[in-house]
Amino acid sequence: MTEASGITGAAIRGPSGRSPRSLLRSIEIDTRLLGMIGALAIIWIGFNIMSGGLFLTARNLWNLSVQSSSIAIMATGMVLVIVSRNIDLSVGSLLGFLGYTMAMVQAIWIPTALGLGFYQPYTWVVALLVGVLLGAALGGFQGFIVAYGGVPSFIVTLGGFLVWRGLIFQYAQGQTIAPMDSTYALLGGGPIGSLGDVGSWVVGALACAGIVYSVIGSRRRRQRYGFPVRPTWALVTVIVAGSAAVLGAVWIANNYFWPPALATQYALDHGITEPPGGLQIPVGIAYPVLLMIAVAIVMTIIATRRRFGRYAYAIGGNPEAAELGGINVRRTIMLTFALLGSLVAISAAIQTARLNGAVTNLGVQNELDVISAAVIGGTSFSGGIGTIPGAVLGAVVMQSLRSGMVLLRVDSPTQDIVVGIVLVTAVGLDTFVRRRATR
Amino acid sequence: MTTTELVPLVEMRDIRVAFGGVHAVDGCTVDLYRGEVVGLVGGNGAGKSTLMRALSGAHPPDSGEIRIDGQPVSITNPRDAKTLAIETIYQTLALADNVDAPSNVFLGREVTTRLGSLDDSAMESATRTVMGRLNPNFTAFKTQVKSLSGGQRQAVAIARAVYFNAKILIMDEPTAALGPAETAQVRALIRQLKSEGIGIFLVSHDIHDVFDLADRISVMYHGQIVGTVNKDEVTIDQVLGMIILGKRPEEVTQKELAKLHG
Repeated sequence: MTEASGITGAAIRGPSGRSPRSLLRSIEIDTRLLGMIGALAIIWIGFNIMSGGLFLTARNLWNLSVQSSSIAIMATGMVLVIVSRNIDLSVGSLLGFLGYTMAMVQAIWIPTALGLGFYQPYTWVVALLVGVLLGAALGGFQGFIVAYGGVPSFIVTLGGFLVWRGLIFQYAQGQTIAPMDSTYALLGGGPIGSLGDVGSWVVGALACAGIVYSVIGSRRRRQRYGFPVRPTWALVTVIVAGSAAVLGAVWIANNYFWPPALATQYALDHGITEPPGGLQIPVGIAYPVLLMIAVAIVMTIIATRRRFGRYAYAIGGNPEAAELGGINVRRTIMLTFALLGSLVAISAAIQTARLNGAVTNLGVQNELDVISAAVIGGTSFSGGIGTIPGAVLGAVVMQSLRSGMVLLRVDSPTQDIVVGIVLVTAVGLDTFVRRRATR
Repeated sequence: MTTTELVPLVEMRDIRVAFGGVHAVDGCTVDLYRGEVVGLVGGNGAGKSTLMRALSGAHPPDSGEIRIDGQPVSITNPRDAKTLAIETIYQTLALADNVDAPSNVFLGREVTTRLGSLDDSAMESATRTVMGRLNPNFTAFKTQVKSLSGGQRQAVAIARAVYFNAKILIMDEPTAALGPAETAQVRALIRQLKSEGIGIFLVSHDIHDVFDLADRISVMYHGQIVGTVNKDEVTIDQVLGMIILGKRPEEVTQKELAKLHG
């Protein structure tokens, strides 16, 4: 009798209990993601202390955001490929090939071969479009061989890894293609390729509105069916924390100013007399970072709110069940590769724009960074598990390690050793936690 | 019994399926009428599941004809079968373990909003309704199905089959993983679906299950149909004889029968 009442008591206390775990449950935030944010905080603070305050500066964090964007964009696509139990080893070579093609489009084909001249207003759009479509086609072709030909993705994309890189050397003859179209070059970031302070605040405000809209929207949908919803305080916590993070990031980006030389040039060009101490022009969010955020949002919608994403996860969970459930498994798998291919093109645009040219070693080893980012972000090779925000965070973690070690003047081989160890440790920890959670 | 109807709901004629050189299903003919339960029994490897997989689209037959309501149809994949209102509960359940119950119930047939986004709330609501009928104690609508119990997983698989207004239901060992109470629930469900006019193929090892639920029993032996009998006209022993010896009751000699009981 006493035992029975004890159980009832626990059951009543359960949902409103104030243990950390139940708190997190009522906020409905992915604990794995929180853990990653915690790990990232430790890495950042650690590097900041070791570098004597050089790491947590607006300038370094801004650079970090730009450096992470290209890998993060590809990692979001890699998640869906790995989730449906495949792998793509060709992204680095494909990036090089697509970057070269886009460079050729704007530096040779449009201006010279077609005789339309340099710096046309449409040049960057055409170059990007050619890249994205070609990326989807080549990625989709590899996916076709995997899905319909039954050749393991490891082999197909290992072949692609060699073929795309070989093609670059064949048709570029080792030449660097430069310069890029001036509008296209803005995709690479840099002080000019950024939003500035007003634009950044506008984007930040829009993002906050988006958070409020989506959080309240999903609550409304659940209420319409009379399902339990999270308590109001949890709702408010999510909105406040999300908005604070967004506005904080904007604030940091706006506290990074144009380099003095560039600011002086700008003052001269625009007939502004420089105040003492130089002109302070806020850089704001860089275009590649904006692109990364847009891609992450679209990919999150695709992964969680569209049939295609649901199918990719179901295939990863149980391919046979997915087939028996009436899912077109082959088409879905082919499309995951096509989608990744088009994202590789976006990253290729960012990298060529940043370099203001295409070089033959463009994208070398990117496949390893992209796969590492996805895996550190919680994507499991056993299939069916992985999130887009996780992969983006994974890319930031990887880049933070690299950039922090550069600040500490750690040599490149040591960097590789550390990153390798971190990769294995992170996945090992994740597997351990997951196994304990399912018990 | 409605076997007096002229046109069967399902006719499978001279179905053959071979794996390499092995004839898993070797010229089988079975039929099924509206509101009827046909038990499909046989030893391990007799070809019961393979014959049913030909109807569910999981493994199209090499040759033979399938007619639904008298019309010849071509079933080359599970989507074709579902279009013809043929639903299947597989022995393995065929659940995507990493997604929740509503996602599994609606797998391949998701409810979407006007913009094509998944309407998870609508799917959860519908799943709550159908599960309320099948397993009122089921509350884990947000949990990955891999953490559910065997009975709960079975309920999800059944919910998926019955939710979409099936005309023809294939149940491959539907009670194999269940406890006594859950088995009783499934039996009650089969009777209810039958009364609603659904035709059911029941594949089972459990001869008592089959005798309890089926109107007719088709016995398979080494990829062939030994015979199809009306349940009321045979004894359990006679059916067991067909399963083990691969012969119709009238062909069995006294000697073989004695051996069987010895």
